[in-house]
Amino acid sequence: MKPTNIEDPNYFHKVVDCQWACPAHTDVPRYIRMIAQGRFTDAYMVNRESNIFPGILGRVCDRPCEPACRRNRVEDKAVAICRLKRVAADHRDDITDRLPKIPTKKNGFKVALIGAGCASLAVANDLLPLGYDITIFEALNTTGGLMRTNIPQFRLPPETLDEEIQYILDMGADLKLNYRINSFNEFLDKREFDAVFVGTGAPKGKELDLPGRFESNNVHIGIEWLESVAFEHVESIGKKVLIIGVGNTAMDCCRSSLRIGAKEVKVMARKPRGFFKASEWELEDAEEENIEIIVNHSPKAFVVENQKLVGMLFEEMEYQIDDKGNIDRGKVIREKIICCDDVILAIGQDNAFPWIERDIGIDFDKWDCPVVDETTMMSSREGVFFGGDAAFGPKNIIWGVAHGHEAAISIHKYCSKEDLNHRLPPGMNLASQKMGMHEWSFSNDYDESERRLMPHVDLKERFKQLDIEVELGFTLEQTVTEVERCLNCDIQTVFTANLCIECDACIDICPVDCLTITDNDDEDILRSKLTIPAENIKQDLYVSEALPQTAKVMVKDEDLCVHCSLCAERCPTGAWDMQKSTILLPYAKDDLISNVASKTSNN
Amino acid sequence: MSYIGKPKISHPKATKNSIGLTKRDYEGVVSTLCAGCGHDSVTAAIIQAVFELDIKPHTLGKMSGIGCSSKTPAYFVSQSHGFNSVHGRMPSVTTGANAANRDLTYIGVSGDGDSLSIGMGQFAHVIRRNLNMTYIIENNGVYGLTKGQYSASADIGSKAKKGPANQQKPIDPVSMGIALGATFVARGFSGDKEQLVPLIKSAIRHKGFGLLDIISPCVTFNDNKESTKSYSHVRKFYHQVIDTDFVPPAQEIKAKYKKGEAMPIYLHDGSKIVFRRVDEQYDPTDRAGAYAYLRESIKKQEVTTGLLYIDKECDDMHEIAQTSDCPLSKIPYDELAPGSEELANIMNRFR
Ligand SMILES: Cc1cc2nc3c(=O)[nH]c(=O)nc-3n(C[C@H](O)[C@H](O)[C@H](O)COP(=O)(O)OP(=O)(O)OC[C@H]3O[C@@H](n4cnc5c(N)ncnc54)[C@H](O)[C@@H]3O)c2cc1C
Ligand SMILES: Cc1ncc(C[n+]2csc(CCOP(=O)(O)OP(=O)(O)O)c2C)c(N)n1
Ligand code: SF4
Ligand code: SF4
Ligand code: SF4
Ligand SMILES: [Mg+2]
Repeated sequence: MKPTNIEDPNYFHKVVDCQWACPAHTDVPRYIRMIAQGRFTDAYMVNRESNIFPGILGRVCDRPCEPACRRNRVEDKAVAICRLKRVAADHRDDITDRLPKIPTKKNGFKVALIGAGCASLAVANDLLPLGYDITIFEALNTTGGLMRTNIPQFRLPPETLDEEIQYILDMGADLKLNYRINSFNEFLDKREFDAVFVGTGAPKGKELDLPGRFESNNVHIGIEWLESVAFEHVESIGKKVLIIGVGNTAMDCCRSSLRIGAKEVKVMARKPRGFFKASEWELEDAEEENIEIIVNHSPKAFVVENQKLVGMLFEEMEYQIDDKGNIDRGKVIREKIICCDDVILAIGQDNAFPWIERDIGIDFDKWDCPVVDETTMMSSREGVFFGGDAAFGPKNIIWGVAHGHEAAISIHKYCSKEDLNHRLPPGMNLASQKMGMHEWSFSNDYDESERRLMPHVDLKERFKQLDIEVELGFTLEQTVTEVERCLNCDIQTVFTANLCIECDACIDICPVDCLTITDNDDEDILRSKLTIPAENIKQDLYVSEALPQTAKVMVKDEDLCVHCSLCAERCPTGAWDMQKSTILLPYAKDDLISNVASKTSNN
Repeated sequence: MSYIGKPKISHPKATKNSIGLTKRDYEGVVSTLCAGCGHDSVTAAIIQAVFELDIKPHTLGKMSGIGCSSKTPAYFVSQSHGFNSVHGRMPSVTTGANAANRDLTYIGVSGDGDSLSIGMGQFAHVIRRNLNMTYIIENNGVYGLTKGQYSASADIGSKAKKGPANQQKPIDPVSMGIALGATFVARGFSGDKEQLVPLIKSAIRHKGFGLLDIISPCVTFNDNKESTKSYSHVRKFYHQVIDTDFVPPAQEIKAKYKKGEAMPIYLHDGSKIVFRRVDEQYDPTDRAGAYAYLRESIKKQEVTTGLLYIDKECDDMHEIAQTSDCPLSKIPYDELAPGSEELANIMNRFR
């Protein structure tokens, strides 16, 4: 193999599994160390830089970082990254003076954001400090999109939402509530704006058109029903409720039902466990509330008597799962009616753009989704950008934010008449963390503690009101323990081949056997002949230049390194060093054009 | 020396041996030697060897004298027996231990100072006894622990980090071992575990005295350019005459050897050592030949490595002394010490 190019920022970025997995690339280990030092406000601001809503995301983020966490591979449970984010948000001081200063002189460009969900808000957050004139058009009488209308208050308190959205609105966005755009053609024809961002989400819940569907008023579409509950249009539900589907929407529907009168809630899953769409933690939280999840039941018909729903007919299924974990289509073993008063359908969302005419230069694909460039977020019509659920179908908040950042860069370039594809690459700083012979700037000792569990409001208490937040947040003791579980994956082992005398000290001390000195070879062969073969091909090998004494190479399998620094401590020549990699992600503000972009100088 | 201990986690794919232990179960406390010391690599090779031999930790006796090298038994197999004796006296203490309990596996770790200066007499006599043990000399050409004075193995003209070059003739433990009649004599290098681990395994399984001279550079006092015991010098003059593969009992020989080149020697427990000649003319069972070869290679300044001599037929101390098969330590006290009356009877027989 060729020597690894560690100057490519992506190489070390990938080693920071959580940051790499995070759509917005939040610098997780950095903020965790700040929390460890009691610097909650700093930790909050590190988060805000990339994910904008640390308080919101510290509660309800989909957390793709956690399954990626190295700790899963080293033992079995990820660092509670998301919970720690909330710790930063809960204990921060006032941050208003740390927010970007908004120029009093605008740059002359006007940008419209349609929808006031997370994606649009992210665009506003990035463009307002650059002097853009931003107008947000929102159909409802409130901001936040699905974060407010669908994520229940017992998971995400409205105060948290308000506070973090307000930071952005206070930067000077012109918010037009109760303003639904009904014809995009008309809107664009007015040519009031230099660029338009569509952040209108994926607002349509999927239908389940089975016999009896429209014969009663007791079958509800999950996301519509949750919105009605949020706005208190719906304040009760029957005693027995069936939820169809087992994704995250289903979890919110079942738990909400329990809070407005349901006594017996069953979540009906078509497939067995392991094939559920809901996140592990959402399932756990629902089951803690005694929600019953019934597997292998495929809905067949609604049973309606005298225009009243009395039950639902299911086919009980049996599946074969092969060794690769693939499931077959299943066969029906019997039919069964389950009694109920209400059914909530939570089987997915679709995009819907009835307000976008199909002849205005915005191409739609065969699923009726707009064609959007994954890098620039621009549609086929110049100056019209998409992001969040509206761009590529339903995702989550952190993806919406990530799209917003990218769209902001594009809008900024577009207004300045720059090539949208000519984007700043990510950068990286490397800095040694050595403080003394055996001292490092970070806590390098491996902490064996297990993942801390989030304390919850008592089961009896929490149902009394719809808006009692269930999760209490980590205690001080839990925080102190949890921060030490982080393996500081951003503190990289950096190797200088010409210093190595091949004494093997690093290899012998490494607790997880990730180092080997061997003859160079092709990647497959190298992987197979390491101290312990490197079978996880998703993780890179770090291959050195030829070593001075034998021309062999030092190979590190990045997979399980716990960043304990022992290799660097044991190295007599300093060939290994522990260096912090800071990944520098470009935002709209980092484009040099930010200084010159203004309507007068460009037109 | 590190401030933190080695974390107690290990690679989830780390293999277990036939008694269910991982390599990490054979570790000791964290080393307090200088970072990069060859001795730490030898420790790692010993750990690998006893792990691969499925040795039960409590059946191992770790013996040593004084020196950086002699400190190392603390760094492997914590759950075993050990005796850190006085300077140069490890051979007699091991003789005593082995006399009392012949069932343990003894690994003695010594240094060039410990064995070739103060302990020279003991070293010669333990060879004569053919004590069943593995005797490792971690050879760095200096007294590391006392800050780098030349030891008896330093070559003429070799220069340590400080002071003038050594002018006295070196003692080569390997030639001396062969001359004194050691039944297993090998040389290895701390920087070549591929060769070292099978050598240690073979020495442990050899019934009798297994001498292993391991060049093990002292990074702090004797790893400079002008030293003949530095990592770079040893690598440059490295000459492996014979390739050694240890094959445990009941396991087929897997490695492919060219016909005529491969030469298996069966040990008493059914395991075999498979030699592959790197140097055509070398025969590790020919004592005079081996000795002559070594004298020649010393002239050429080569660092000759491999299993250089083996005689597996010679009786060990217990066989020579015709002691009981049952370890003395396991014989009930009444039987072992028949009492003062019986002693008087015995004494009377000599009057
Ligand atoms: C029940 C449920 C629970 C969820 N839980 C989580 C969770 O725990 N964590 C997570 O990360 N994600 C969760 N999600 C997903 C997440 O809420 C969405 O991915 C995210 O909110 C999408 O943001 P967005 O900005 O793209 O759009 P939205 O949040 O959908 O906002 C779009 C906004 O645009 C407005 N709008 C639409 N059309 C027009 C128009 N024509 N004119 C003007 N305004 C318009 C809408 O009123 C809305 O306010 C959940 C989703 C659901 C349905
Ligand atoms: C009786 C006695 N004499 C002298 C010493 C001082 N002393 C300690 S270690 C040592 C030499 C050790 O050299 P070596 O065996 O080569 O070990 P190394 O440190 O090089 O591994 C000496 C002379 C001592 N401890 N005891
Ligand atoms: S251990 Fe910490 S830094 Fe490493 S992947 Fe997990 S959370 Fe991220
Ligand atoms: S920091 Fe070094 S010693 Fe520690 S796990 Fe990583 S490679 Fe191994
Ligand atoms: S002084 Fe030399 S022999 Fe002793 S520990 Fe240090 S490097 Fe090893
Ligand atoms: Mg020495």
